[in-house]
Amino acid sequence: MKNQKQIYKNDKIKQNIIANLNKAFVMAVLILPGIFVVFPVIILITGSVMDQYELKGYLSSVFMDELSFISWKLMPDYPSFANYKKLLFQDPSFFILFWNSMRMTACIIGGQLLIGVPAAWAFAVYKVRAGKLLFAFYVVLMLLPFQVTMLSNYLVLNKLSLLNTDKAVILPAIFSTFPIFLCYGGFRSIPAQLFEAARVDGAGEGIIFSRIGLPLGKSGILSAIVLGFLEYWNMMEQPMAFIDDKSLWPLSLYLPEITWTKAGYAFCASFITLIPAVFVFVMGQDYLEQGIIYSGLKE
Amino acid sequence: MKRGKKIRAFLIFMAPSFLGVAVFVILPFGDVVKRSFTTAVTGNFTGLANYITIFHNQAFMIAVKNTLKFTLVCIPLLVSIGFLIAMPLSGIKESGLIKSIYLFPMAMPTATIVMVWKMVFYKQGFINLVLTEIGKWTGLWGEIHTGYLDTDAAFWVLVCSYIWKNTGYTVVLWLSGILGIPAELLDAARVDGAGKYKRIWYIILPNLKGTLYTIVILSFLNSFKIYREAYLVAGAYPHRSIYLLQHTFNNWFVNMEFDKMAAAAVCTGSFLLVVILLLQKVWDKDEA
Repeated sequence: MKNQKQIYKNDKIKQNIIANLNKAFVMAVLILPGIFVVFPVIILITGSVMDQYELKGYLSSVFMDELSFISWKLMPDYPSFANYKKLLFQDPSFFILFWNSMRMTACIIGGQLLIGVPAAWAFAVYKVRAGKLLFAFYVVLMLLPFQVTMLSNYLVLNKLSLLNTDKAVILPAIFSTFPIFLCYGGFRSIPAQLFEAARVDGAGEGIIFSRIGLPLGKSGILSAIVLGFLEYWNMMEQPMAFIDDKSLWPLSLYLPEITWTKAGYAFCASFITLIPAVFVFVMGQDYLEQGIIYSGLKE
Repeated sequence: MKRGKKIRAFLIFMAPSFLGVAVFVILPFGDVVKRSFTTAVTGNFTGLANYITIFHNQAFMIAVKNTLKFTLVCIPLLVSIGFLIAMPLSGIKESGLIKSIYLFPMAMPTATIVMVWKMVFYKQGFINLVLTEIGKWTGLWGEIHTGYLDTDAAFWVLVCSYIWKNTGYTVVLWLSGILGIPAELLDAARVDGAGKYKRIWYIILPNLKGTLYTIVILSFLNSFKIYREAYLVAGAYPHRSIYLLQHTFNNWFVNMEFDKMAAAAVCTGSFLLVVILLLQKVWDKDEA
């Protein structure tokens, strides 16, 4: 009897070990692609703190079209912060571009919220017949790529003589319909009985929106901010088409202009550009995931 | 709530957004439709001439072909890779870190990693370095000096960077779909003797049609953004295997060929509209 119990116990331990091994294996396989994700970041960081001559030695085969292969060191032989010094203390143009990017992104997101949050509220709370049709229309607008609307954007901006100003990028983006769907997802999760109760108590629609809607639907709004920041910090097509003046460019357009000969500077600038995006990503990951899920909601 | 009051509230909250959309999208798009039937400079009515021109334009046709090919290759690939990752992930409690890893490329601005991409895919880059080392080690092949960006392989470089960037949100969406399936359903199937793969095939997959629709739509939306990578890595006139519709639009725009652009915008827009409506219809049918 005792023996049997022992065997049973052993079996259980064996099963446990197998299950744990299995789990560890799955984890390992799933984490493996992480190497590919981290790899570019590591290259950026090591490249940005390398002495320019060392860097040139590693990269020369790539841009001089030689037969030898590229090489790299994860620990630079001659670490140097010269690039950071140049970028942060000696070169004001980088600051201007950084500020351009920040201002554009902030204006776009601010404008989108001002316009999009009430619209999302209207879709989520006031079910009118025409609303359904308009909603479908907005879905289509959201899905049209920039290239399809590029000419129409250009025509309007030209008529309003906004071309070659940062408003040429900001204004059309403010009326993008994408954030509306994210906010809509947040508002939809509020039970409608709450609004009814507030109405019975005599609250007006404006009060219901600002006192109930905004606080309870804030997850949708926050996810619109997070997704919006990642999108517009990375914006390229619009400024490339509508802004000629390089001093108005965002960072995302300026970085690719840096040539191989200034590779260290480029790595350094790229790394600094990456920092705000990573910051928003880390702080807002929950809302990012929430937003991804909301963006799939359908009426 | 009374109907009149409801409509009034709807209009008030909706007005700013709708006015903006009207001014920036609807009205000018009307102008674009008009322009697609006229000449670029004089504005004379030319009927379908612009449409005929673009469909005889070799660059445009290559671009259409490549763009279609890209979408048809990438979306099924992305959808399945996402599912293959999400399925085992759904059984793990500590999935937060792994999800973050996959989502992270979404946060990396394209411009910041272009240089790294070049270092990877150039003739003397990391891929060839690794391949050559493997060749040396196994003795199967010699040094490899393929320039991936100026051969047909450029297409696959784009596919890889698309998958790299977009896997994260597909995993999140699949995961939220899989975890949303009622546990009773799965338990009932288990009691009835359905194995792991049977459960996936008969219970999980049929319950994820809505998720699939969402993923397809979103990855479609993002497939147009691959232009950034293509443009940054290979410029405005890349190898013909990655000459996309976006390149055509951009080059026409730079050359001010607005008549062709208008016709192409109308065609692309209507094509997308039809695809979206079809997808919605298929999905609505499944819901009912």
